[in-house]
Order: sequence, then structure tokens, then C-alpha cells
Amino acid sequence: MIRIQQEDFDVGEEIARLKESRSEIGAIVAFVGAVRDHAGGQPVDEMLLEHYPGMTEAELQRIEAEACVRWKLQASLVVHRYGTLKPSDNIVLVVTASEHREAAFRAAEFVMDYLKTRAPFWKRESGPRGTRWVEADARDDAASARWDKPNRAAE
Amino acid sequence: MTTRLLYFAWVKEKTGVAAEEVELPREVTTIAELMSWLKTRGPEFDNAFARSEVIRAAIDQTHARHDATIGTAREIAFFPPVTGG
Repeated sequence: MIRIQQEDFDVGEEIARLKESRSEIGAIVAFVGAVRDHAGGQPVDEMLLEHYPGMTEAELQRIEAEACVRWKLQASLVVHRYGTLKPSDNIVLVVTASEHREAAFRAAEFVMDYLKTRAPFWKRESGPRGTRWVEADARDDAASARWDKPNRAAE
Repeated sequence: MTTRLLYFAWVKEKTGVAAEEVELPREVTTIAELMSWLKTRGPEFDNAFARSEVIRAAIDQTHARHDATIGTAREIAFFPPVTGG
């Protein structure tokens, strides 16, 4: 399941809901991305997250579906916020659940790596020196590219 | 037939436009050609698409390369490389 929202999320509640009536789940991995109070040596007071309504949902669904093809997951959840955020605020939550931990660990990392390079979100940071759009990081492209190899589900 | 064009992040700031309905010239058949044409629409567009090689595009809400054919697309979006997560 995927959700795009302005509001914050509660990790515990989300996990509890995911587990409901799914007693076959044996492993749950949760990743939370949060706003840092600095970037490139400069303080960050505020972050604006813009997105492309419609495509964001479509792209996250494609990523989640791809994760379910590659690993046997009992459940998965992606929650991504947009709007104005402050340092320490949550940005994104990825939860993956499987019978054994390996699938959940790998799938969570895969979803985050693909999300970073494909989901249409843009961050704009504001601080004492003004406002700037965050530039894409080549390390994210590299992290995403490593999953382009043949299916790893058999590992 | 008109095509809906969308702009995001600094592409939107530079063009000064978030969304518009545009009648595309017949000779515009690819994303690259569309960006070249958009540059001719005034100084804001010329500036926004000056470094068109870094701009990403989506056709009907799916990522598209610059050589992708526009075909019967209803919605085309232009934006910087994504930075979510």
C-alpha cells in the first residue's frame, strides 16, 4: 500500500495495522527518513517537499509491485509526506514484512533506492543563507543501479 | 488537440508556469524537440530549458527519455532530477 500525505505518521501504529490478521509474518523492517538540520555545511531551518500528484502514486505503486515480484512479501507500505517540514520531521516510511528477515531487509532497501531515483518528489531547503533546490546525488543513482542486475530473489 | 504541460520545482519557478494547455506544432514529435520548441516561447522558457540535458520528463505520468516519441500523449511534465525520500 502507498500513501502520500501532509500529516505525520506513527511508525508503531502503521506496523500494528500492517500485522493485523497476518500471523504468517515473521519479519518486519521499517525505514524512516527524516529532515536533517544541515546540508552541505549549512543550517537548514525548513524543507519544502513538492511532488507530482498522480505520477507520484503511480510510480510508488510500480516500485512496490516490482518489490513484490522480486521478493516474497506478506505486506508492504510506503508513506511519503509533502509540504513544509522542519528538522527532525519524518519524511518517508517504508515497511516491508515477510516470513523471514532477508526478504524484508532487501525489499525495504530496494524500495528506498528506487524511490530516491524515480518517485517525483523535489526538496527545497531554506536556511539563513536563503533557499535552494536540493540537487540529485549521484550516489543515489549508483544505489539504484545495483538492483538493475538480474533478479536476486533466488539468493 | 491540446496537450497538458506541467512544470515542477525549479523548472516551474523559471518558467513561471505550473500547468498549461498547449497546441503543439506538428513538427514536434519527441521530448527533445518539444524542449527546443519551448525555448522559443520567451526569455523565461529559454532560461528554464537552457540546460535541457539535466531536465527530466514524463509522458502521461511515466518517466520518458529525451528521444521518446510524444505520440498521442495527453500530459507531459518537465522537472529536475528527483530528490525525494
